[in-house]
Amino acid sequence: MNLFYFIAFLSILFALLVIFSKNPVHSVLYLILTFFTFTIHYVLLNAQFLAIVNFIVYMGAIMVLFLFVIMLLNLNKDTEPVKSSLVKFAGIIGGACLLVVIVAAVKALGKSDPVILKQADLGLVKNLGKILFGQFLLPFEVSSLLLFSAMVGAVLLATKDKPVKA
Amino acid sequence: MESLLNGIKVVPLNHYIILCAIIFSIGVIGVLTRRNAIVIFMSVELMLNSVNLLLTVFSAYRGDATGQVFVFFIMALAAAEVAVGLAIIVMVYRNTNSLDINVLNRLKW
Repeated sequence: MNLFYFIAFLSILFALLVIFSKNPVHSVLYLILTFFTFTIHYVLLNAQFLAIVNFIVYMGAIMVLFLFVIMLLNLNKDTEPVKSSLVKFAGIIGGACLLVVIVAAVKALGKSDPVILKQADLGLVKNLGKILFGQFLLPFEVSSLLLFSAMVGAVLLATKDKPVKA
Repeated sequence: MESLLNGIKVVPLNHYIILCAIIFSIGVIGVLTRRNAIVIFMSVELMLNSVNLLLTVFSAYRGDATGQVFVFFIMALAAAEVAVGLAIIVMVYRNTNSLDINVLNRLKW
């Protein structure tokens, strides 16, 4: 069988395990596995720059941040609040309706062409770097400003409030 | 590498769209059914990632690198969002001693 369908099956399986496992630590670990399958998808599409960035930024930085917060708040025991089964049922029905609508719309488009890489070197670092630092130089600089303000905001939010002097 | 690239040549575009729609819907279901704030946050990450994959697929399909540049920007935005969001979650936990979002209903009425 084609490699794509196997990896897609693994993605869906791990994504389901993320939202249905009781322990938040298990959720984070399954989310890391999901992102790993996404990295394989990027490699299959020959988007090597995005594969590496996904691997380093998502699986490395963001997931470590999640795990760190969960361990900091000591949530690894089963202190999980559960919603009533009615709300759960309604949520699953709502999500399933969204999925059905999107899939029906895609099916209505008819048979699609296979994904063929027109330019094989499209996602390489050299090609993307030229576009990123040429055509998209201003958004790139603005995103650095965004990251900076996010860092300041995170530090400002997470520091303890000093008691206000009357 | 060549054998890897050959493996993709028979996958129709529709199957990629359906895969990303399924992952996105799983994220929506996670947001709607869970009450732990961190798990809701992880579901949002799942949705962002499915959109990233779809943008990359369209970029490869059309032979236009702009989509992959956009994915790069979305990743930078997701990193900023996670930093601020987790700081907010830590602050909420410090004030209410729980991550149950039903405790946070003071803005509801």
